[in-house]
Amino acid sequence: MTLTQFLVIGAALFALGVYGLLVRRNLVLILLSVELMLAAVNINLVAFEAFLVTTQAIGQVFAIFVITVAAAEVGIGLAIVLMIFRNRRSANVDDLSLMRW
Amino acid sequence: MVTAMVMAVAEGVVQAGDGGFFADTAGIMLILPFVAFALIMTVGKRLPYHGGEIAVAALAVNTVWATVLFVMNMTGGVLDQTTFEIGSIGSGLVFELGWVVDGLSIMMYFLVNFVGLVVFVYALGYMHGDRRLEWFFAAFSLFAGSMLVLVGAPNLIQLIIGWEGVGLASYFLIGFYWEDLDNVRAGNKAFLTNKVGDVGLILGAILVGVSLGTFDLAELGAAAAAHDEALGAVAVAGGLLLFFGAMGKSAQFPLHIWLPDAMAGPTPVSALMHAATMVTAGVYLMARVFPLFEYLAADTRQLMVVIGAITLLGIGLLALVVDDIKRVLAFSTVSQLGYMMTAVAAGGYTAGLFHLFTHAFFKALLFLGAGSVIHAVHSNNMSDMGGLRKEMPTTYWTFVVGSLALAGIFPLAGFWSKDEILATLGQEGYITVMWVAVAGAFVTAFYMARCIALTFHGTYKGHGHPHESPPIMTRPLVALAIPSALFGLLNIPGVSLPGIGSFTEWLAVREVVMGDHHAEAIDFGLAAIGLAAALAGLALGWLVYGKDAVTQMERDRFQVPLLYPLLRRKYYVDDLALGVVGATTGPLARFVNWTNNYVIDGVINIVGGAVKWLGGLVYNGLDQRGVDGVFNGLSAMTDGAGSVLRRWQTGRVQQYASAFVAGAIILVVLFVFVV
Amino acid sequence: MTLGDWISQPVNWVFSALGLAVVFSGFRVVTAKNVVHAALYLVGALAGTAGLFLLLSAEFVAWSLVLVYIGAVVVLFLFGIMITRAPTGLDPALDTNRKLVPGVLAAAVFALMTWAAFDAFGVEQITSAGVATDNALLGESLLGRFVIPFEVVSFVLLGALIGGITIARRDLTPVEEEERAAV
Repeated sequence: MTLTQFLVIGAALFALGVYGLLVRRNLVLILLSVELMLAAVNINLVAFEAFLVTTQAIGQVFAIFVITVAAAEVGIGLAIVLMIFRNRRSANVDDLSLMRW
Repeated sequence: MVTAMVMAVAEGVVQAGDGGFFADTAGIMLILPFVAFALIMTVGKRLPYHGGEIAVAALAVNTVWATVLFVMNMTGGVLDQTTFEIGSIGSGLVFELGWVVDGLSIMMYFLVNFVGLVVFVYALGYMHGDRRLEWFFAAFSLFAGSMLVLVGAPNLIQLIIGWEGVGLASYFLIGFYWEDLDNVRAGNKAFLTNKVGDVGLILGAILVGVSLGTFDLAELGAAAAAHDEALGAVAVAGGLLLFFGAMGKSAQFPLHIWLPDAMAGPTPVSALMHAATMVTAGVYLMARVFPLFEYLAADTRQLMVVIGAITLLGIGLLALVVDDIKRVLAFSTVSQLGYMMTAVAAGGYTAGLFHLFTHAFFKALLFLGAGSVIHAVHSNNMSDMGGLRKEMPTTYWTFVVGSLALAGIFPLAGFWSKDEILATLGQEGYITVMWVAVAGAFVTAFYMARCIALTFHGTYKGHGHPHESPPIMTRPLVALAIPSALFGLLNIPGVSLPGIGSFTEWLAVREVVMGDHHAEAIDFGLAAIGLAAALAGLALGWLVYGKDAVTQMERDRFQVPLLYPLLRRKYYVDDLALGVVGATTGPLARFVNWTNNYVIDGVINIVGGAVKWLGGLVYNGLDQRGVDGVFNGLSAMTDGAGSVLRRWQTGRVQQYASAFVAGAIILVVLFVFVV
Repeated sequence: MTLGDWISQPVNWVFSALGLAVVFSGFRVVTAKNVVHAALYLVGALAGTAGLFLLLSAEFVAWSLVLVYIGAVVVLFLFGIMITRAPTGLDPALDTNRKLVPGVLAAAVFALMTWAAFDAFGVEQITSAGVATDNALLGESLLGRFVIPFEVVSFVLLGALIGGITIARRDLTPVEEEERAAV
């Protein structure tokens, strides 16, 4: 097993996340894409931990932190989506062009 | 006359003590108002005066400190500086906070704290029962603290901090009654116009500070006095930029446009901030960096003097045509600031600051008096006033004292300070500007006579029954009337009062040689000319506006009070003619009547009308079209640029995100492959 | 190391299977025309990721991922989909029509990161594989050196909890407010 093969998987997942973030119209699906990107970051962290073997397992600790923060992000993000949907009867980003000229 | 005057340039620095305890702890004055601000914001709502008592208490303690320092400076001189290093940029530039105790700052400490205390006490009565009182007193305390930070600043950085602080407090308080959109707009206008000037101040401070390697004001002055080369290279540009900042804050033409609108704030705010202290910050700044202009940037003086002269006469004329009593005083303030600026620019350090000192008392007095009247009649317009001298005797008499002091009538304060300015202008060779200043004195007296006549004389034209304000408002008036009357005696040229010296000597307590030009003796000829101009203005104003107040605002026609006895005699003649001689003397009576109405009234009307027409011309032509036009053009340009740039703001979040990702990719490529 | 050497290691077969599953699931997450399917493919992608973690001997993180993500987050997503009444069937209007720029950008990101990985690490081997990270070590690290971030994260979660409730809470109508005030 090489380190690079894991990094490539991470890169692929991250790029897919970017793509989804930019093309999806539904807010829930955009959040899903963000989750993909966070998972890609986790893969990198854990792979580097396995490669470098730190004494305090720093890579894995940070992966745990990322998972926790991602959970919080999903909670808040879905609450906001809910609020937007309730106020505007739509969960599409295209309909949220209020901040324009 | 002018050439006969003996003038002198201050030769050296006065020996002074370090002030001991009170100078070491002077910083408490800079901190207490902020403590008051915090306390009022937290517990103000629960107190009987909504936090006003906290604000008054803080300034009372401050006034004790300032008075002790003031007296110490009178009797021996106090010179001290305390600074704390906060941080440094690179190796050279050090950022310090602290306080200066020298002649100039002690004068300003005393002024801000004393006038501030009086106005705060007045505000307890004036604002009683108003909305958001705790916010009013909190913002007012914020102002007092920022102003003290400004005047106590040992360096340009702290000065800018205080400068922005007072601007912020000014914005808060002009828009205090934010329910009315006009007030909000006035606040915005004041803030933005000030910001235009602030850009100059900040750029000037950076230019001067970086080229000198320090922001310290005393070192700046010393370097200027020593003709430092690094400073000399940027002195003209830096001096002009600093002057531009001063123009904004001190409402010099053409940046004066915000001050009349700033009258939207409560009257105590107008009195303390927009008349007595905040607007003088620009003059104070010019005085603080005075050596820069004296030794290195003398070339900029002509421009500054011209701007000051335009301000003092041009804006003074505007006061003739407005109906709002606060606006009359606001235009007057701008005009007086023009006097100060002209004096300081011409080299009259003492002259400008002495006028700043006396003006603070009598203009605050006039505003508080106007506030007392507004409180009674519930209107700002003089067309709703009239005949109030019987109902409001204390307000009337103190207002008269303030007006005469402002007009420059011997021996009240304004006479001495205005005379000092005239003398300085004459001595420094600005003869034309000196005559402009004399004309300004005439106009000042004219509009103050008009103001008194319309407000206090004639018959009452408003609604309800006005009555004198409560003691909590009239006592501050008296407290300001006394210094307005007497403080001119502190600086009679050539006279050093036994034991305490003179204002000139107190100001001379400082670390660097300012290079001040001041009169050594009274020039009686020039004083007589100034006094004559003021008296003529008062007389003409009284002639034009003093009589028959019922109709004077309605008919656009001037009445002639000096001929009032004659008018009575006319009726006497008329009666006599009708009763004794009958119809035969009718033509004679009619002739007398005709002469009275057309010839004598005519002459007076023509003179008065001409002055009023001139005022209207300046107001409509220059101010409304010229100056406002430039600002409207600037805003139109901004608007146009915005309408082009806003097309980028599509509102589509994902387009923004695409740009973000693309930017990240470009950055990575740059860092990996290029750098 | 040649490709042949790489293929000859059995662990790489497992890796290939998991990697393909992850990438395919991820691809379906961002391309599925059905919202619920997208969420379920996310489960697949995350499960594959957990499998990769197991390959890398990070057992604790792997099971955390399964519990937190598959157990909680995806359920949350499904709730979100239902509450916002997203069309649960096929929906061709789920994506924008402007797919070229995002595609190019995503490809550029992928190319850049892949190139960077190869350039920096080439074919360097992971030697520690097979030695599971001691959970005790992880616990000591979390509550020792990283105790402050750990506590901060707990506050973040608390804040998210309260914030989520506050944001998503429906404002009462005036009538309801009066009723509540009366009680």
